[in-house]
Amino acid sequence: MVAQHIAFGITAFVMAVGAVRVVTTKNVVHAALWLMVVLAGVAAIFILLAAEFVAVVQVLVYIGAIVVLFLFGIMLTRAPIGRDSDLDNSQRLASLLVGLLVFGLLASVLSKQYGRVHIHQTTIGRTSDVAQSIFTQYVIPFEAVSVVLLAALVGAIVIARRD
Amino acid sequence: MLLNEFLFLGAFLFAAGVYGVLARRNAVLVLMSVELILNAVNINLVAFGAFRNSAVGQVFALFVIAIAAAEVGVGLAIVLLIYRNRRSIDLSEVDAMRG
Repeated sequence: MVAQHIAFGITAFVMAVGAVRVVTTKNVVHAALWLMVVLAGVAAIFILLAAEFVAVVQVLVYIGAIVVLFLFGIMLTRAPIGRDSDLDNSQRLASLLVGLLVFGLLASVLSKQYGRVHIHQTTIGRTSDVAQSIFTQYVIPFEAVSVVLLAALVGAIVIARRD
Repeated sequence: MLLNEFLFLGAFLFAAGVYGVLARRNAVLVLMSVELILNAVNINLVAFGAFRNSAVGQVFALFVIAIAAAEVGVGLAIVLLIYRNRRSIDLSEVDAMRG
């Protein structure tokens, strides 16, 4: 139990630093790499929650595909590689205020509602439960998501194609 | 583990993503901030799933991951088109529909 807390603390600290760097760094490529740190941290959190299948999917889809897609996007739009002071617009202070308000509101509501609630995991290795759930109760949403992915891929090709 | 530890981490990621969406002017960086928000939601879903000892939270997290992949694909294609038409992806210049 103590090991879990230590692992959570380290992961959460790294993720918090990474998230702040993603939204504040002056270098677009560094933002993508910090995003990768945050996504890996999310995978670690999933493992801590005994959701190992979701953790593996997170690594495969996010770190393997989406970050690479972002790097390609940066490359193809010829964003300035290196430091660039012009990445933020003029409403930084207002945005900071909104972000702090969102966090304060969520934190106050969560601490009021779930103050000392513990997670008691009684079962482990529930990937088969996930599969059972996807292919029985949620089979229609699953098929719909497949169609959405196909439509999105075809749409992306059509939008980005040169005529 | 306390449920709140995970929920607070999710709330922090969400707030950072909201700040990024509002404050960044590079379209690719805005899409990255949206990814932060989606990951915050995923942490919440899986944490509540573990809390309720049910696999449904993980199922929804998988759906969110699939939708996020579709979103990034279409989003980056749109950004690419904006770049091709305007030679810039500065969002404060894309104001043709401003009222």
